Amino acid sequence: MTHEENRHPGPGHATVGKYMVGFVLAIVLTLISFGIAAAGIQPAYAAVVGLVLAAIVQMLVHLYYFLHLDFSREMRWNFISIVFTAIILLIFIAGTVWVIFSLNSRMM
Amino acid sequence: MSSSTQSHEAVGDHGSENRLFGFWIYLMSDLIIFAVLFATFAVVSHNFAGGPGPKQLFEVPYLFVETMFLLVSSVTYGLAVVAMQSGKKNVVFARLVITFVLGLGFVVMEVLEFHHLILEGFGPDRSAFLSGFFTLVGTHGLHVSCGLLWMIVMMVQVLTKGLTSGVRSRLERLSLFWHFLDIVWVGVFTFVYLVGLV
Repeated sequence: MTHEENRHPGPGHATVGKYMVGFVLAIVLTLISFGIAAAGIQPAYAAVVGLVLAAIVQMLVHLYYFLHLDFSREMRWNFISIVFTAIILLIFIAGTVWVIFSLNSRMM
Repeated sequence: MSSSTQSHEAVGDHGSENRLFGFWIYLMSDLIIFAVLFATFAVVSHNFAGGPGPKQLFEVPYLFVETMFLLVSSVTYGLAVVAMQSGKKNVVFARLVITFVLGLGFVVMEVLEFHHLILEGFGPDRSAFLSGFFTLVGTHGLHVSCGLLWMIVMMVQVLTKGLTSGVRSRLERLSLFWHFLDIVWVGVFTFVYLVGLV
């Protein structure tokens, strides 16, 4: 059925409208990030949480609107591979930070 | 591999799809390189060795302009892909040129920033923080520069070969590369620059 549609993964179903929506969302999220940094929000950890959330949402916006990643059948393996990579990224980054900062505090 | 009943075009499309997915897997491995560099940066990000920290080194307006260059270039590349799908060769070329100029603007701003820091005596040898900064941001900049080189090749191919299936397939892979570098940049401007400033 859908096999005959021959839709490419990646930029296969690109439209101007989709890029423009993605562009506006990305601009808004970038402005939020820079706004948080410029506003001098206290306590600092609240600002960091805001920045992290804005960055994650902006990355998801880019993945959906620019890289056309979604839950469709055509993108299934792209989706599975990026979820796998995200898990590896989390282990690398969170694991490193945890181990090194824990070591650091024990050496103090 | 492919059955003899398939037309040549169908076989070509299948190969192109495989290459696109293969390139996606390469990008996943590239993300792992960046993950390691981000992790390293996180570890050394407070080791200033008596030198300057983010608040003394980074300017928010400059970073914002740099970020906009790369974001807008991502969108103009997307518009080039849209033009490619409707087979408008000259429009594809024009949009690739705009994307290239914006991307070049980003790289030039980054090189000027590095140049300025090194002249001030804040090169990668000054502190662990600056080593991590130059390595992570420099690796990203090197990727963008490679993307620009690839874009020159594609502009020439669009002009000389036209929008053949091979050229389209390469333009789609460059599209993945270019959009991915913008995603990595979201991580860079957030975790390297802005988190250091709050």
